[in-house]
Amino acid sequence: MCLSIPSQVIQIDDANIATVDTMGVQRQVSLDLMPEAVDIGDYVLIHVGFAMNKIDQEDALESLKLYREMVDLMDAEDLKVSQGNS
Amino acid sequence: MNGLQLQDLYQGFREPQTIRVLADKVRQAASSLKSPLHIMEVCGGHTHTIMKYGLKQILPDNIEFIHGPGCPVCIMPKERIDHAIALAQMENTILLTLGDMIRVPGSKSSLAKQRALGCDIRALNSPLDAIQIARENPDKQVVFFAIGFETTTPMTAAVIKQAIALGLGNLFFHINHVLVPPAVEAILSDPACRIDALIGPSHVSVISGAKIYRPLAESHNMPIVVSGFEPVDVMQGILMIVEQVLEQRHEVEIQYTRAVSFDGNLKAQQMIDTYLQPRSHFRWRGLGDIAHSALRLKDEYRHLDAEVAFADRLSDEPIDDHKLCICGDILKGLAKPQDCKVFGRGCDPTRPLGSCMVSDEGACNAYYRYAEVTLPPSAKQNMNRASA
Repeated sequence: MCLSIPSQVIQIDDANIATVDTMGVQRQVSLDLMPEAVDIGDYVLIHVGFAMNKIDQEDALESLKLYREMVDLMDAEDLKVSQGNS
Repeated sequence: MNGLQLQDLYQGFREPQTIRVLADKVRQAASSLKSPLHIMEVCGGHTHTIMKYGLKQILPDNIEFIHGPGCPVCIMPKERIDHAIALAQMENTILLTLGDMIRVPGSKSSLAKQRALGCDIRALNSPLDAIQIARENPDKQVVFFAIGFETTTPMTAAVIKQAIALGLGNLFFHINHVLVPPAVEAILSDPACRIDALIGPSHVSVISGAKIYRPLAESHNMPIVVSGFEPVDVMQGILMIVEQVLEQRHEVEIQYTRAVSFDGNLKAQQMIDTYLQPRSHFRWRGLGDIAHSALRLKDEYRHLDAEVAFADRLSDEPIDDHKLCICGDILKGLAKPQDCKVFGRGCDPTRPLGSCMVSDEGACNAYYRYAEVTLPPSAKQNMNRASA
C-alpha cells in the first residue's frame, strides 16, 4: 500500500483536485498536500489518493541519459573484447 | 514541450540492460570489499523489488540483504488489530481502513472474518473517502483505523483537517501511524545487529526529507542511501552504498533525486504537526516497545480520537504472536522467511499465520511468491491454487 505512483496531471478540476493519468488509468487526486502550484502536464507522485510531490523532469531525463551512456559504454567494451577474441 | 513521457518513468527505470550494467559495476566495486556487506532495505516495497526482479541473484555473494521492518501492516501488534475488530463490532458503526489490514489476524479473528459475519468494514482507496462515507451516514459512527509510515500520515492529517472544517461529529480516528527512524534505531542498537548500511525508502523521504536519517548515519557510522523503488533505482542505490563503504564515508545520500530533497515536503510535515504528536511509546510486532515511535492525535483533538471515545471497549494488554511464528526475528533481520518452521507449511498467502505473510509487502510474502524456496508438496499445491 505504500508505493507511490508516477502520474501525469491532465486536468485541474478545482482548487485542490486534479485528474491524473497513470499509464492509461485516470483518477482524481487531492492536491491538499502539494507544496507548490501544479500545472497540466506536470508529473506527480500519487499515494492513496493524494499528489505528494512533483517529479523533476530534467532530473529524470538526466538519469535516463546517464544510464543509456553507461549501457553504450559497456556494449562498446563488450564488442572490443569479442573482436579481440576473434 | 518536453522529452519525458510518462512511460519513461516506469520502463526507463526497469530497463534490463541498465540493471545488468549496474550489477556489473556493483560486482566490480564489491570485489574490493574487505568483508561481507549487510544492507538492510528498511521498506517492504524494496524487498519486493529485490525479489521480483531477481536482483539478489545477479549481485555478488558478499552483498547480503536484511529485510527491514518497513511494512505498516506487518508491524501492527495483535492488540491493535483487536482494537479494530472491537470497534467494528460496535452497534451502528462503519470501520474504515487501508489495504491489507483487513486480512491480518488478530488474537481471535480478523477484520475480513468480521466483515463476513456482517460487520460494516471497508477498505479505502484513499483516506479522503472517509469524509464522504461519514457525510452519507450521519446516523452512524464512522471510525477510520489509520495505518502507515510517514508516507501515509499527512493524508490522515488532511482528512482530520477536513472533518474539523466540515464539523463532522460522527467521524473518529484510531491512529496507528508509525515512524521509521525510531524503529531503525531500535534495530541498530540491538547487540545482535549485523547491519552495515541502509537503503531508505524514497516515498517516506518525499514527505519527511532525507534529513530524518542524518542522526542514524552519524551515530552508527553508517552509509544510508534514499532510493526509489524501480529495480534500476535500487541497483544504483546499492552501488552508491558500496562506493561509500570503499571510500570510508558514512553519509546520507539521495539516489531518487527526481522527487526527494533533503528537507522533504514541508507543507505535509506542517499538516502532520498541526494534528498529531508522538506517543510516549508504541509496541511494534516483533520489535517490542519503542519510545516515541508512533503518533497520536493532539490533546485538543481528543474528541475525535477513537481510543478516547471508545476507551471502555479497547484493551491495551499486549498479545504475542503464534509461538511457531518468527515474524519478530524476520522483522529484526535476524532470520530469513525460510528459517521459519511454518513458512509454506501452514502459513502462506491464502492462510497467513503471521503478518509478514499477510501483507503484499511482507518479507515472507515476497519470498513465497518470488524466491526459489524448496517447499513440501502440500505447500506447492497451495501455491498452484493461489496462482490459479
